Amino acid sequence: MKKFFSTALAHGLFWQLIGILVGAGLVTGIRATMGLSVTAKFFFTEPAWVLGGFFGVLFFIAGSGAVSDWYKWARGIDTPEHHEDHHTGWEKYLSVSLDHKVIGIQYTVTALVLLSLGGLFALIFRTELAQSQLQFLTVEMQLFGQNGPQLYNTLMSLHGMIMIVSILLGVAGIMNYVVPLLLGAQDMAFPRLNAFSYWIAVPAAVLLVMSLILGGFDTGWTGYPPLSARAPVGMQMFFLGVFTAGWSSILGALNVIVTVVRMRAKGMTAMRMPILVWASVATSIIALTATQLIGLSFQLVMFQRLFGMGFFDPAKGGNPVLFQHLFWFYSHPAVYVFVLPGLGVISELLPVFARKPLFGYRWIAMSSLGIALVGFIVWAHHMFTSGMNEYLRVPFMYSTLLVAIPTGVKFFSWVATIWKGKISYETPMLFVIGAIVVFLMGGLTGPPNATVSTDLHLHDTYFIVGHFHDTIFGGFVFPFFAALYYWFPKATGRRMNETLGKIHFWLMTPSFFVMTLGMMRIGLLGMRRRIADYDPALGFDNTHLVLTIAGFLIAISVCVFMYNFFNSIKNGEKAEGNVWNSRSPEWQVPSPMPAHNYDQPFEVVGEPYDYGLPGSKYVEFIAPSKNTHK
Amino acid sequence: MRHFVVVGILVIVMAVLTYVGLDSAGLMPVEASAQSVSIDWLWNWQIVAISFLFALIVVPMAYSMVIFRRRKGDITDAEHVEGNTTLEITWTVIPLFIVLTFAYMGAYSLGETRRVDPNAMVIKVKAQQFTWTFEYPEYGGFFSNELHLPVDRQVVLKMESSDVIHSFWVPEFRVKQDVVPGRVTEYRITPTLIGSYKVRCAEICGTSHSYMENAIIVEDESVFTAWASEQETIMLASQTPESLGKILTVKNGCVGCHSIDGTQLTAPTWFGLYGSDVPLADGTTVVADDAYLAESILNSTAKLVEGFSPTTMPAYTLTDVEVANLIAYIKTLK
Repeated sequence: MKKFFSTALAHGLFWQLIGILVGAGLVTGIRATMGLSVTAKFFFTEPAWVLGGFFGVLFFIAGSGAVSDWYKWARGIDTPEHHEDHHTGWEKYLSVSLDHKVIGIQYTVTALVLLSLGGLFALIFRTELAQSQLQFLTVEMQLFGQNGPQLYNTLMSLHGMIMIVSILLGVAGIMNYVVPLLLGAQDMAFPRLNAFSYWIAVPAAVLLVMSLILGGFDTGWTGYPPLSARAPVGMQMFFLGVFTAGWSSILGALNVIVTVVRMRAKGMTAMRMPILVWASVATSIIALTATQLIGLSFQLVMFQRLFGMGFFDPAKGGNPVLFQHLFWFYSHPAVYVFVLPGLGVISELLPVFARKPLFGYRWIAMSSLGIALVGFIVWAHHMFTSGMNEYLRVPFMYSTLLVAIPTGVKFFSWVATIWKGKISYETPMLFVIGAIVVFLMGGLTGPPNATVSTDLHLHDTYFIVGHFHDTIFGGFVFPFFAALYYWFPKATGRRMNETLGKIHFWLMTPSFFVMTLGMMRIGLLGMRRRIADYDPALGFDNTHLVLTIAGFLIAISVCVFMYNFFNSIKNGEKAEGNVWNSRSPEWQVPSPMPAHNYDQPFEVVGEPYDYGLPGSKYVEFIAPSKNTHK
Repeated sequence: MRHFVVVGILVIVMAVLTYVGLDSAGLMPVEASAQSVSIDWLWNWQIVAISFLFALIVVPMAYSMVIFRRRKGDITDAEHVEGNTTLEITWTVIPLFIVLTFAYMGAYSLGETRRVDPNAMVIKVKAQQFTWTFEYPEYGGFFSNELHLPVDRQVVLKMESSDVIHSFWVPEFRVKQDVVPGRVTEYRITPTLIGSYKVRCAEICGTSHSYMENAIIVEDESVFTAWASEQETIMLASQTPESLGKILTVKNGCVGCHSIDGTQLTAPTWFGLYGSDVPLADGTTVVADDAYLAESILNSTAKLVEGFSPTTMPAYTLTDVEVANLIAYIKTLK
């Protein structure tokens, strides 16, 4: 316990609390001198909570030590290029580290924590939906200043955003851990910025959870005004949390792009980069340039609430539909931020387990960029029924359907990759296959939402809910698990248990199919999304019960995974060599990876995926005598 | 070559089976409007494409997974095939044409749903948390919380919201349109099937969003006319305070939060309210007399009822006479 209190996490959380009190106290003091009210339903007034939340983030960052090197530089004090870690055991992962591998693991574990929290919220409201009428989230019950249906709305909304943040952190985790290893770099381009990007996500997650206890909010994760302009003070914590998490995403993306541009090994031309690097660049371009828009849109609503600026208030000449344009300009491309790295993982792992080159490498690489770029001009397909200019709907239908082309290229190339391969089925490969099929379901149910007239029926129904759970599970969750099973030995020198891994897969996959297909079915028949209760006359009770059971089975499978993951760190079977017989550079050196990565730099001498070409090599280590690389 | 033939046949079989399965599953609710015809037409083509593409990917994958699995003890790699530019171009260009065709069909089908009948009947719709109010200008402008529609005649709903964004959706009509504060949106529909349906708010609008459902009755032209004329007559004839009060509750959407049958909604029910003892949030009790009701109508949080959160009621401008009429109506609810 004493060890815990000396970590950056504990310091940060303590200072965040102090920051909240200082910020809120400051506003309360000013209000008192102005003769304004100083207390409200949740003790502090709304402006006090907002400044408190903001100060909390600043205090967290300062208190955790994530910016202390910059602070020292400003005072003219030199710091070593790389810190030697003072901590050795688990405390290392709760402390500020500049090692991209440690940061990658920090991101990944934080993502798993948030995944569990978001999943827990889903189980709560999924249980309420098992039957029509309200069973335990009733109008009479009260918790955190909310009655049952309000709490339902809060949990449903938080499920969305916490999962999104979890996915962003999971993506950052994979990219941080793997990309420098694939490039042959010693670290990311900006190690301190990298640590900052991770640590700022922690207070952001705290703010999101705080929204639950400060009255919650009932808008869904989209936060559309005018509803979000009227919601309880929890709405502001949600806005502030997302705004803060956005910094993590933007700066992390910047770091990835610079690292790929500047730090590739000798001989690694663009068309010899591992395919996951291409996917990481594509995803980072979006995160770097679009995230600002969700921050902006939420900030405008914050200001509308705090200062009465009527950006989206029609009574003051504002326009509620404008918010939707700003919001979706990020939030649609964001979906590609989530799935592109996952699709990259699929492309990266398929050749290893099929023992065959990646079919059409260039086409797959370019398709990632294609998806990223087309993704910027499709946002208004979320707004076909919104009341925006009618004629805009047709061009956005055309642009949206174009996304199918590069996505199709990936599917066909994957099928061609395993065609006549020699396929083996270790756990990572199972999740890759699962990812392809689940993502296919998501992909095929997309076009009906893209063509305007069918979308007039499908929009805001459970069909959409089923569709995007398919895309996100296929594009992120399955590949994320595949990546964890695959690179776990690299990080720990041990492998996760195969039997438990297979149980995880075979429990999760069928349950997941039942869940999303059931969602789509009742969505078509009239089940709206984001409702706490549904009309018993629709006859959905049995389907909802099945969906709830499927949801719990998925949760159980994830528990199996969690046990396997944390247990294998200490007790897993030793695996220090090239476990998967991969050509990739990180597997050519023993596991776990040493602190400063490769002892000898390598040179790229061949294609990354030339399985089956006798005598070929992807990389060759440069002997120390020839080492001109500093 | 043998592999391609087998897979080709299996793809066709699988595609047909998938299509037949999906088609016979009854995916869509009953088709009750002229607009739903072109939407369902496009939907059917989407199902055809989905079935084919599903088979096209899944069958060769499953086939490879079984036939090309690694045999025990085999540690060699597979044949070195890096790609095939002709194939890549093929599966870029053909899908491009398919996609453009679907976009064209989508635009055509959208056009069909927006086809305008100049003789369409105008009905005004007001959406608010958590109910819908319909006004019939062609029949003297009476208000109703139920939407009655004549069959086979196009109606155009001119929709406004007094608070947040709502969305007008009738699954059987297929079409959906958001209702946005500060502007009028239009919903054009031609019901084709007599029956009872519900409009279900499809955009989350707050605590009781789930319950923002009002009845829609599609009936024969003559039945509709009789109903509308009767409503108009009642409105004109009934000048008693009670009936004027009832009209006010419909017009202002009071019943979205206050039930009149004792059901617990977002706000206290009016059923049996008059003369009862009302427990307040501050622990005291008050008798629901004229003075209390008048105060609560004008300032809903002045005396907060126990168990309800102080969500403010929409701001109404009601005259003293109108308040008295509302109270007179509440008195009748026992």
